[in-house]
Amino acid sequence: MKKAMTRPAWLRSGLAITAMGLALAACQPGEEQGEFVEINKDPFPSSYTPLASKPTLITNVTILDGKGGRIDGGSILMEGGDIKAVGQNLEAPEGAEVIDGTGRWVTPGIIDTHSHLGVYPSPGVRSHSDGNEVGEPVTADAWVEHSNWPQDPGYIRAAAGGITALQLLPGSANLVGGRSVTLKNVPGRVAQDMKFPGAPYGMKMACGENPKRVYGEGKNSPEFRPHTRMGNVAGYRAAWAEAQDYQRAWDKYERDYKAGKDVLPPKRDLNLETLAGVLNGEILVHMHCYRADDMGTMLDVMKEFNYKISSFHHAVESYKIADKLAEDGVCSSMWADWWGFKMEAYDGIRENIPFVHKAGACAIVHSDSDSGIQRLNQEAAKALADGRRVGVDISKAEAWQWLSLNPAKSLGIDDKTGTLEVGKDADVVLWSGDPFSVYTKADMTFVDGAVTFDRHDPSRQPVMDFELGQPGEGDVK
Amino acid sequence: MSMIKSLMGASLVALMTAGVNAEDIAITGGTAFTDGGSGKVENATVLIHDGKIQSVTSGGDVPAGYRAVDASGKWVTVGFMVSGSNLGLQDVPLSGNLNDARASDHKNGMGLEVKYAFNPASTLIPITRIEGVTRAVTGFSASKDMWRGQSAVVALAGEDMIVADHVALSIDMDESAARSNGGSRAALWDSVITTLEGARPNGDDDKDDDDKKDKKPKYDSGKIALERVMTGEVPLLVEVERKADILNVIELKKRFGINVVITAGAEAWMVADELAAAGIPVVMDPSRNLPEDFDTLGNTSAAAGRLHAAGVKVAFMAPDTHNSRLVVQNAGIAVAMGMPWEAAVDAISKNPAEIFGVASSYGTMEAGKDADVVVWNGDPLELMTSADAVFIRGEQVALESRQTKLRDRYKDLTRSPAYNK
Repeated sequence: MKKAMTRPAWLRSGLAITAMGLALAACQPGEEQGEFVEINKDPFPSSYTPLASKPTLITNVTILDGKGGRIDGGSILMEGGDIKAVGQNLEAPEGAEVIDGTGRWVTPGIIDTHSHLGVYPSPGVRSHSDGNEVGEPVTADAWVEHSNWPQDPGYIRAAAGGITALQLLPGSANLVGGRSVTLKNVPGRVAQDMKFPGAPYGMKMACGENPKRVYGEGKNSPEFRPHTRMGNVAGYRAAWAEAQDYQRAWDKYERDYKAGKDVLPPKRDLNLETLAGVLNGEILVHMHCYRADDMGTMLDVMKEFNYKISSFHHAVESYKIADKLAEDGVCSSMWADWWGFKMEAYDGIRENIPFVHKAGACAIVHSDSDSGIQRLNQEAAKALADGRRVGVDISKAEAWQWLSLNPAKSLGIDDKTGTLEVGKDADVVLWSGDPFSVYTKADMTFVDGAVTFDRHDPSRQPVMDFELGQPGEGDVK
Repeated sequence: MSMIKSLMGASLVALMTAGVNAEDIAITGGTAFTDGGSGKVENATVLIHDGKIQSVTSGGDVPAGYRAVDASGKWVTVGFMVSGSNLGLQDVPLSGNLNDARASDHKNGMGLEVKYAFNPASTLIPITRIEGVTRAVTGFSASKDMWRGQSAVVALAGEDMIVADHVALSIDMDESAARSNGGSRAALWDSVITTLEGARPNGDDDKDDDDKKDKKPKYDSGKIALERVMTGEVPLLVEVERKADILNVIELKKRFGINVVITAGAEAWMVADELAAAGIPVVMDPSRNLPEDFDTLGNTSAAAGRLHAAGVKVAFMAPDTHNSRLVVQNAGIAVAMGMPWEAAVDAISKNPAEIFGVASSYGTMEAGKDADVVVWNGDPLELMTSADAVFIRGEQVALESRQTKLRDRYKDLTRSPAYNK
């Protein structure tokens, strides 16, 4: 649908804020003050509660602790939703369930930084297409959690693949697609039931071909920008500049109010509010970016406006600038071997992940796929082997950081999950064997110490509402 | 080190064999699988002569004049085959160069032939073959109607890569095809059955020809393609997902007495016995397990094992063309989900050879067949295994691709990698 206005809404409202800021400056001190207006930053609070669990001790397993360590013949004790002990020869507390894990492996649960489960759910019919708010190039006011259908059967398949947490992202049509949300991978009746308690928000941005294609192709009109990569960058910068103005207006409101003036707050703008949240350091940026030069540009935009890009996503050319990424502390969320479906993916190589790791940068294996998310351990295995083939010597224990600790860092939840450290959430996978083998499957997946999936117990293999009464209900998946 | 040696060896081979008779090669000491995933020969000596398999013997001697390739401790299989791809027909499909696999504006999809669109210089070909996938079924993904042209089998190296140019006539009969061909399955089937009835020998078309004997018959590429199906020369390769649709395909086979192969086949496992009885093979991606749409509610990654157990001949596809090499990982996933290893290897070697009519020259290590042979540094289906040496029609290919060149250029970061050759 073609928009009638000649300026994007975010730009118009930005101007309105500026005008209001000037009007407010005319107020005098000493007047009777109205109530101070503070924005509720958590209007959709997490209603997550852990599933029921009992103390569980898994013994005789090979443990990869997620921070690079390995324990052979190890044990892990989960109690009260947390990891209570990791080591050898642990004693089972009274009443604990003891699982003999002989021949099996235990790792931290896998965390996927890039998923569209729930927002592009299965079945992928047109009515379910809820991932790209394409109307305007900057839609930071769209929150992906409001598209999340918690009944997506994909969540259960992901649990069967050892996924314990994931970030839902809006799609990459827009320059700024909207807020992301981080979830615990547990079934919920409403989307808030899945929200990872205490996880910061993220915001999706996109480089390169997608935004310029979506807004530029076939709609050669000034209302629809960008058309080019330079137009993309102009769009990000204009948005950040508006967000700075908005931030200043709110800062001034607070200063004036505290100085005793009777001032009205700036007009609320949900788009600029999210962007300002990034500039305030409260919201983490996750940026879809393939090409090294696009990433290089964005590192400078990041410095110009003093915000943090937590992770580039897809990042198929990170290997070309891995040193710069290490220097600026920006993670790369990558595939093991996807490549070539568009020009900016044409230079994908199988060694991208190990080369980023080798340079000392933060490497993450991500999926962006309802199929890939089920086998991220396999993606890590391929990347590890590809690295070793060209002399990049990485252990399996180190490589597991790509699947749990590094994604947790990039999502700001590494104080809660991502490693098997005492006190952290008991987000754990018991694998049938070495998880770097194609024949290995997750036997049991635990979130906060509770079993979310058990391959050998059909009563602990959830079936989503959609699947009931249809072919395939409750089948092996 | 061994990789570097084999790379050097390969370059040398390429020089030596250009324009002359193929080299005689003996691959020694490995564990060979001579019959798909079966026919295990320990300490095998695989002799390659004139581009063909000469013999596979345990502990056999290396005849004079044969170049020995040491495969001690390694696994030796035929080069694998991906059954269903657009290899050679697409490079960069999204906003890139022309995607020849999608003849979206062409009205009669039946006549499409790979040979007029195939690009042997595509970078996807080396990228696929160095992972041990040496053969592919390639064909079309779109036309204006439900027909998807005539698929071909290609060898992924050498001159004249198209080894069989009409191996199947492809048709899309899933929900999306019904949507764009009349808006209902009933409309789609009405069109297809009408077309097939019209193509029966002694059908209306022939009668018309009798009436107008003096008139030269009009060239009709679609008619020629369809005749290949009606006479049983090639199968009809039907993309279909839902159980009810698959049962209708079984009826279609009986009604016209043609050969049929099902591709995609999400719910094929639900009628596995009927498919086995009808002799209909299934070409599938064994990793699918989501209700992708209302056609595929029964999707399960146990499907491949169930079809095999029922006696259905199964072959594997990869997730997409650029990931054609991942057909090997897919075979591993099928094993993890219950298919015997031997059967999964069959599904990427001898089964597709039989399904697509090239079994006389490819698919096993029988003497006289093309020497598509791969030496692996472990179980080929394993994620951390790689191909150490790849032979296609008797020629050892360099383990090089555009990707390995990028890799080598950026392995150690320098100011201007463009000068790194």
